[in-house]
Amino acid sequence: MKETPLSNCERRFLLRAIEEKKRLDGRQTYDYRNIKISFGTDYGCCIVELGKTRVLGQVSCELVSPKLNRATEGILFFNLELSQMAAPAFEPGRQSDLLVKLNRLLERCLRNSKCIDTESLCVVAGEKVWQIRVDLHLLNHDGNIIDAASIAAIVALCHFRRPDVSVQGDEVTLYTPEERDPVPLSIHHMPICVSFAFFQQGTYLLVDPNEREERVMDGLLVIAMNKHREICTIQSSGGIMLLKDQVLRCSKIAGVKVLEITELIQKALENDQKVRKEGGKFGFAESIASQRITAFKMEKAPIDTSDVEEKAEEIIAEAEPPSEVVSNPVLWTPGTAQIGEGIENSWGDLEDSEKEEEDEDGTDEAIILDSLKMDTGVEVSNIGSQDAPIVLSDSEEEEMIILEPDKNPKKIRTQTISAKQEKAPSKKPVKKRKKKRAAN
Amino acid sequence: MLREAPPANWWAGPGVPGGSLAAGSVPALFRVLHCPPPKQEVREASPTVSPGDTSVLAGVYGPAEVKVSKEIFNKATLEVILRPKIGLPGVAEKSRERLIRNTCEAVVLGTLHPRTSITVVLQVISDAGSLLACCLNAACMALVDAGVPMRALFCGVTCALNSDGTLVLDPTAKQEKEARAVLTFALDSVERKLLMSTTKGLYSDAELQQCLAAAQAASQHIFRFYRESLQRRYSKS
Repeated sequence: MKETPLSNCERRFLLRAIEEKKRLDGRQTYDYRNIKISFGTDYGCCIVELGKTRVLGQVSCELVSPKLNRATEGILFFNLELSQMAAPAFEPGRQSDLLVKLNRLLERCLRNSKCIDTESLCVVAGEKVWQIRVDLHLLNHDGNIIDAASIAAIVALCHFRRPDVSVQGDEVTLYTPEERDPVPLSIHHMPICVSFAFFQQGTYLLVDPNEREERVMDGLLVIAMNKHREICTIQSSGGIMLLKDQVLRCSKIAGVKVLEITELIQKALENDQKVRKEGGKFGFAESIASQRITAFKMEKAPIDTSDVEEKAEEIIAEAEPPSEVVSNPVLWTPGTAQIGEGIENSWGDLEDSEKEEEDEDGTDEAIILDSLKMDTGVEVSNIGSQDAPIVLSDSEEEEMIILEPDKNPKKIRTQTISAKQEKAPSKKPVKKRKKKRAAN
Repeated sequence: MLREAPPANWWAGPGVPGGSLAAGSVPALFRVLHCPPPKQEVREASPTVSPGDTSVLAGVYGPAEVKVSKEIFNKATLEVILRPKIGLPGVAEKSRERLIRNTCEAVVLGTLHPRTSITVVLQVISDAGSLLACCLNAACMALVDAGVPMRALFCGVTCALNSDGTLVLDPTAKQEKEARAVLTFALDSVERKLLMSTTKGLYSDAELQQCLAAAQAASQHIFRFYRESLQRRYSKS
């Protein structure tokens, strides 16, 4: 499905609103939309909602051999997916420019900022390291994907627990969650992206643009920062010129926003930990029903399956017995076989004519043999070469297996063997003659 | 949706003959089903149907414009996209997509919207067993919510047969793993007839019929859930 284009009047309306310092959703210039973080039942699974933009994050791990040039470092892998679920314009299985840009930015924000201690992911240097894979799925697109994705990625990583391992000599033991508590990843800091949209060549600025605002913006500045006010990544796109003051102001705003978001994340993580410890109910399924009035929840219901057996017996009794299965293949003519039911094939006729041809070939050979017999000792040198074609034709005959009707393969095999034996004597006279000639 | 065999005294229904419990018919339980409302956005529908811990998010687009290469001149092109939670979609997803698509095609009245596309997008949120059944249920709810004309509703039910012959409806991931055979059926709401079936493992024809009968019994619960959740959903207009 194609994207619905933005009409000119809509565009003008949006821009005029921005000029008047108004936003369609009633926010102020520097306001973020509501952020909501919920966790799934598995470790390392979360959904981050930024207004209506929703991102599902899932972290998984695997023991792999490390990269050759980094023998003691674990591998981090990020993958953001823009599925059609988010917006109809996203085509499945296509790497759009936007997707490549977002993935790259995410990698720079999280991997290159070294927020995860990759050395702690090493199990046996040069042999076994953990590969941490972060899958991010955009569930709904309402602008500012990168902020939501970066929050989802870091929250999922913080929430994730990998299975414990122990190394004794050369032996690596992997413990299940029942045997040993899974261990969290060691995270140095939490980089979070903050987006700034610029309008009218950088005259107006908005924090956390929504989908409509993103469509009319001139440029975008993304700053990834942690709560210690350290900039991890900064990227300006859209081709606008920004003044030094503007960038500095943005980084100040980003610092404040990041502090707020980090606090929220920590609170959410603590909350989840508490619920899990107390053994309460957690997971998306639990949170959905209580949130919305229109959601419906049905508790587990017992289903009486006691009469199932009788019902099944009834059906089987009523049903006609299955037709007899013909398991043995039927051979109508040599070289054909038929399994199951159906009309008789007409391949047999063809086979017959082939057979006749073969017979003719046989007579040809005989003629050659006859002519050979008539040869005199003068042509001794030629005999060797003439001997070859006969041998060749013999081998051809051997390869061909002729299936005779209503005979099992064993018999067929013996037949071919007997055929070989039959042919063997025909060769003998030639050889004998050869010897004779040699004697001559 | 279904838990393991409850203690014997727990289930004391009148219809349970004492001997049949031992013989292998275990009363089954449906896990919690949810149907939250779709988000009011561009998307036509997006309910999640989650039996217990398994949840799948579904969205439907359509009837909408179709690519010329995929256009069918006398009916709507149905597309199903299933996205796994971890990694990229592989062969397993493709095969499930096909099963779901074939089921949908059997009930959706595509001829009413020729030369259009109906896309069902399914995203696995969490998998705790009976995933295909959950996908089917989510797809059906999404289609209903999007107002796609259908001949009947459909639902998915998964049965597992344990090595001792006991039948478990809606198995958890662990039960599925331990089971001798896992059977998934799609049933329609009008005649409770079979729309799709996919099985894994060894079972006899009698067991197949048993599973089918159990699935039919379970389908009544699911259809009742559909009805009630849609009532709830449209109560607030």
